[in-house]
Amino acid sequence: MSDHHPTGFTRWLYTTNHKDIGSMYLWFSFVMFLIGGAMAMVIRAELYQPGLQFVEPNFFNQMTTMHGLIMVFGAVMPSMVGLANWLIPMQVGAPDMALPRMNNWSFWILPFAFTLLLSSLFMDGGAPNFGWTFYAPLSTTYGPPSTDFFILGVHMMGISSIMGAINVIVTVFNMRAPGMTLMKMPLFVWTWLITAFLLIMVMPVLAGTVTMMLTDRHFGTAFFDAAGGGDPVMFQHIFWFFGHPEVYIMILPAFGVVSEIIPAFSRKKLFGYSSMVYATASIALLSFIVWAHHMFAVGMPLAGELFFMIATMLIAVPTGVKVFNWVATMWQGSLTFETPMLFSIAFVILFTIGGFSGVMLAMAPVDFQYHDTYFVVAHFHYVLFPGAIFGTTAAVYYWLPKWTGKMYNETSGKIHFWLSMIFVNLTFFPMHFSGLAGMPRRIPDYNMMFADFNMWASIGAFGLGLTQIYFLITLVIAIRSGKKAEDKQWEGATGLEWDALPSPAPYHTFSTPPKVD
Amino acid sequence: MAIRRKLIAGIASLLSVLLSGGVQAASDLNMRPGVTETSIGAFDLHMMVVWVMVAISVVVFGAMIYSFIFHRKSKNPTPATFSHSTSVEFVWTIIPIIILVYLTWPAVKLLVKMEDASESEMSIQVTGSQWKWHYKYLENDINFFSNLDRTLAVDDPNYLLEVDNMLVIPVDTKVRFLVTADDVIHSWWVPDLAVKKDAIPGFINETWTNIPAEHAGKIFRGQCTELCGKDHGFMPVVVKVLSKDDYKAWVATKNDERIAAEKAAAEAAAASWDMDKLMALGKTTYDAKCGMCHMPNGLGMPPTFPALKDSRIAKGPAEGHIDIVVNGKTGTSMAAYGAQLTDAEMAAVITYERNAWGNNTGDTVQPADIQAFKAGN
Repeated sequence: MSDHHPTGFTRWLYTTNHKDIGSMYLWFSFVMFLIGGAMAMVIRAELYQPGLQFVEPNFFNQMTTMHGLIMVFGAVMPSMVGLANWLIPMQVGAPDMALPRMNNWSFWILPFAFTLLLSSLFMDGGAPNFGWTFYAPLSTTYGPPSTDFFILGVHMMGISSIMGAINVIVTVFNMRAPGMTLMKMPLFVWTWLITAFLLIMVMPVLAGTVTMMLTDRHFGTAFFDAAGGGDPVMFQHIFWFFGHPEVYIMILPAFGVVSEIIPAFSRKKLFGYSSMVYATASIALLSFIVWAHHMFAVGMPLAGELFFMIATMLIAVPTGVKVFNWVATMWQGSLTFETPMLFSIAFVILFTIGGFSGVMLAMAPVDFQYHDTYFVVAHFHYVLFPGAIFGTTAAVYYWLPKWTGKMYNETSGKIHFWLSMIFVNLTFFPMHFSGLAGMPRRIPDYNMMFADFNMWASIGAFGLGLTQIYFLITLVIAIRSGKKAEDKQWEGATGLEWDALPSPAPYHTFSTPPKVD
Repeated sequence: MAIRRKLIAGIASLLSVLLSGGVQAASDLNMRPGVTETSIGAFDLHMMVVWVMVAISVVVFGAMIYSFIFHRKSKNPTPATFSHSTSVEFVWTIIPIIILVYLTWPAVKLLVKMEDASESEMSIQVTGSQWKWHYKYLENDINFFSNLDRTLAVDDPNYLLEVDNMLVIPVDTKVRFLVTADDVIHSWWVPDLAVKKDAIPGFINETWTNIPAEHAGKIFRGQCTELCGKDHGFMPVVVKVLSKDDYKAWVATKNDERIAAEKAAAEAAAASWDMDKLMALGKTTYDAKCGMCHMPNGLGMPPTFPALKDSRIAKGPAEGHIDIVVNGKTGTSMAAYGAQLTDAEMAAVITYERNAWGNNTGDTVQPADIQAFKAGN
């Protein structure tokens, strides 16, 4: 009986089931990932060699803008919400999310929000072309007409994220099985709980920013226009007050994922559980007082630059604690290297490299040399691709047997891993060098001296793009005709979803709460 | 056998290409040290952080790799059971803090120096606009626009890094830059000087440089580093450094040029121009200044950059047409060209726009008309 579910299209449209909604989030984010990736291919094709070959500069700017917006709001964030939907109720022993109807709504807003955003590509004047950071006045006074569609789209995504976050918080606080105390929760639940608080605090700030843009554009206000007594720099302060916590919103759930996977394949408990929780909370708190490190070149007073420099460097301490804990978890473990573990290890190494360049960027006097160059592009792609996206990929391989009851082909998984590993580095590592050599970001054409690095990055990017198609094929084959998975597919796996539930997890789980000791 | 030989030869040649590319690229794998005290300071700090990070990588990744080899299931079938250690956790919280303090101290010292623009010996106002820089020497009556030189081919070493008028500054002088913008935010960057400052409309930012005497005669190149619209990648910053004597001579030449240009412009403005002459000068001026947005064929890129062919303004009364070219249009990318073009150039370009691409109004606009319009402004 517990596996009975409605069928047909209305199953998906009307569903209040956390597993259905989780699947929809994950597939939606994958589609967005491919669309945003296709835009990256256009960018890398244009930058393959100097000279303008394929697109004109204005369209190039539309591509960089839409690539950023789609990847941040359409691919990474929904994929994390998808994982939360699938895993949090199972991991805390709840029958579903606390607010299932709202859950349905927060998903179904997204396809409309992104249709709106993507439709701007076909409008007169083209899509938004002012970068995903949409600095005023380029996005207000000088923005194309489609900017208003962008504003509405961002509002809708924001509503969706806030509702998703409320759902996570309410579920974690009210729906835990008896005996599941806060400090017994799997780390993935903890990282998501903290992420949800970040979302609730900063998404309204983003909404405020775009609303001020809207009134500046159409209702005669001058928040960001110096001619009317406003301040374009204030835009950046408000945007980055959202934008910096946003960075952690994208990465914290991935921290949670690898904190589940590394112990499982080390056959050893996570080292320093409570310090992991405290480190995550510290990172989240610090993220509110470092925003202006994105703005060292705007002409802040010296005291401001010193404050933001030192506060930013401090983040290295809790982040270091996390990395050391992961290494200590593996230390003297009994390691095996299945696909989820490979992606998690790559996550730790490459995310740490992204962290190193982060410390470099934090140092204001050198940041003047790195700022707005390809060095920054290399930095944030290192924390986002091998960070957030490898984290999600690891999660998909790790929990796929639980979700679908089918196993992926281990050889295919490993091929996918090694291709990703090679191409991600080939794409993004040379960008450090082109940045150091002096190549600004967001330019469609460049001097010969940057040619070698860009050619390598483009070759890497094409490979990385194709690798994602391979990932899709591997997944589809696994879901359609994979071997039957065991209830506890991984020897070292722990947690309610592995110990108390069969594979695939039935449509309704934990209708009566499990016993947690 | 032949195939195998060919294959080997192919791989060998590919490798040699890769290696030579690698060697060539290796020379610019790192940040450039630049030429000023602050740029060398930034470079030294950069190298210091790089080595600290390399050292941390060796320890952390080394421990991971050791685990991969010696703690794999085949070597270590029974995992250890420890899961925390207060002392170890304390140590690896304290050590990063010590490293950060070690890095912060030189960074603070350098930052304090970089932000001190006091006691400068001369000031230049740098104004960014879509998509060019304007330099104004506050102590001398010199000011000019600096536009990308679009004639260079892709394989030219200075492709996208060459301008029609370079900024010229003397060596051994603390030069203060007052950076601002007319329309959107730009950013003025010269890597070799480690000077990067955002140019923000409505606000003036301050930065400075002081180039040692041994670099007299050198040219330093950079680019705009804040996305500023369509041609963001096409507004380079080029700075030429002269010895103090050469700089004085340059200032004198600039002054003579200005006086001559004012005289020529006045003569041109006083003359009456015929249609052919206006159309010829109009086309040159249009292609150089207007064609980037309104396109050489007059079709523009609507709606951001409207078409001029069959446009209401270009075919309507000349007064309105002159107004938009002289004063620009607030809230759009259309800049005010009143101060950027001579009266003759403006008259020519307006005439050209009113008669090219089948607009055929038959109007001629004379420099005198522009003068009259400006006087009535």
